[in-house]
Amino acid sequence: MPDNHEYIKYHPRWHRTPIPVFWWIQKWVYIKFILRELTSIAVMSFALVLLFHVRALIQGPQAYSDLTELLSTPISLILHSIALISLLYHSITWFSLAPKALTVRIGKWRIPDQLIIGMNMLAWIFISFVIGWLMVTM
Amino acid sequence: MNEQITLEVLRYRPEESSKQIYQSYDVPFKKEWVILDALNYIKDELDGTLSYRWSCRMGVCGSCGMMVNGEPVLSCASFLETFHPGPIRIEPLENFPVVRDLVSEMSDFMEKLERVQPWLIRKDEDPPEGEYLQTPSQLMDYKNYSMCINCMLCYSACPVYGLEPSFLGPAAIALGQRYNLDSRDQGEKIRNAVLSEDDGIWQCTLVGECSAVCPKDVDPAAAIQRLKVSTTVDFFKSFLMPWQNR
Ligand code: SF4
Ligand code: FES
Repeated sequence: MPDNHEYIKYHPRWHRTPIPVFWWIQKWVYIKFILRELTSIAVMSFALVLLFHVRALIQGPQAYSDLTELLSTPISLILHSIALISLLYHSITWFSLAPKALTVRIGKWRIPDQLIIGMNMLAWIFISFVIGWLMVTM
Repeated sequence: MNEQITLEVLRYRPEESSKQIYQSYDVPFKKEWVILDALNYIKDELDGTLSYRWSCRMGVCGSCGMMVNGEPVLSCASFLETFHPGPIRIEPLENFPVVRDLVSEMSDFMEKLERVQPWLIRKDEDPPEGEYLQTPSQLMDYKNYSMCINCMLCYSACPVYGLEPSFLGPAAIALGQRYNLDSRDQGEKIRNAVLSEDDGIWQCTLVGECSAVCPKDVDPAAAIQRLKVSTTVDFFKSFLMPWQNR
């Protein structure tokens, strides 16, 4: 509510409750929301690692084997595991929200929300498998 | 002795103190009573100075919203039994200035509601003979958005509105979308210009609690996300097909 109301005599003295800095700890749903937002950092970190791969490929075989050596250290493996879990959380929570942005109609029939979520998840899993399969076989 | 249940009501009486204080009341615990019945009991039998709003006591007028144990609910639609054995915490709706006790100040929403122009906009205002016709399936396109009773539970649940009070907010946006989707309306462009301003849909970070608390299943979160999609599509279309910008 903007504070710029004109002065009125006997204007009610409203009480405003300030929002605490840690408002998001007060409810489980808010924590889940903040986690969904924070886990986007994991998505970014995977993209960065991919860029470093590309750079190492351009620089030549020595650079690439240096990079893979760095990536197979225990610290890197732990970080990658955390990032993978975060990334899964991020993707699953976002796919579950897909029906909020999407109404699909076939004729008069509106596709139910659960089906939209399911189709998104299936497409995601399928594409991941195709990419994985290409990587292993090619 | 009949069973009692305790209500801890957060009171604010500006003429006495600038601080809010909890006051406890013991009321009869009856299975058929909702929170509003208990408040009416307090007002009639225990303490006539308690202030709160209500009217229809059947989930239609939207005036009895308050926080019960930290959740925004309609007090006429929440049974005491759900909160047994208590005590039950009753507080005014979050994110709004408090005028007195459980009465909050809502004129901010009224101003925002007007901004989204929630009425039928026609290009040529030549009223038809009779009425504008609409099929049942055209009605279904917007019906759930039209169920809003302006109870403000969604604003209370929305942390974005709490942190950024200039945000247009869930119900106002859902009501704008309600007219956008109405087959009789031609004002989508005018309305979307307002809805996609800085204080509009793009402030929403999709926490989703507005839809979770809505007593009328309006699903404002979906209204906002669909508007994000449709205004983005329109934006690109205006580049790719400029001849459509009339
Ligand atoms: S959208 Fe739902 S929660 Fe929000 S004001 Fe309307 S009825 Fe109340
Ligand atoms: S009293 Fe009207 S909605 Fe509760």
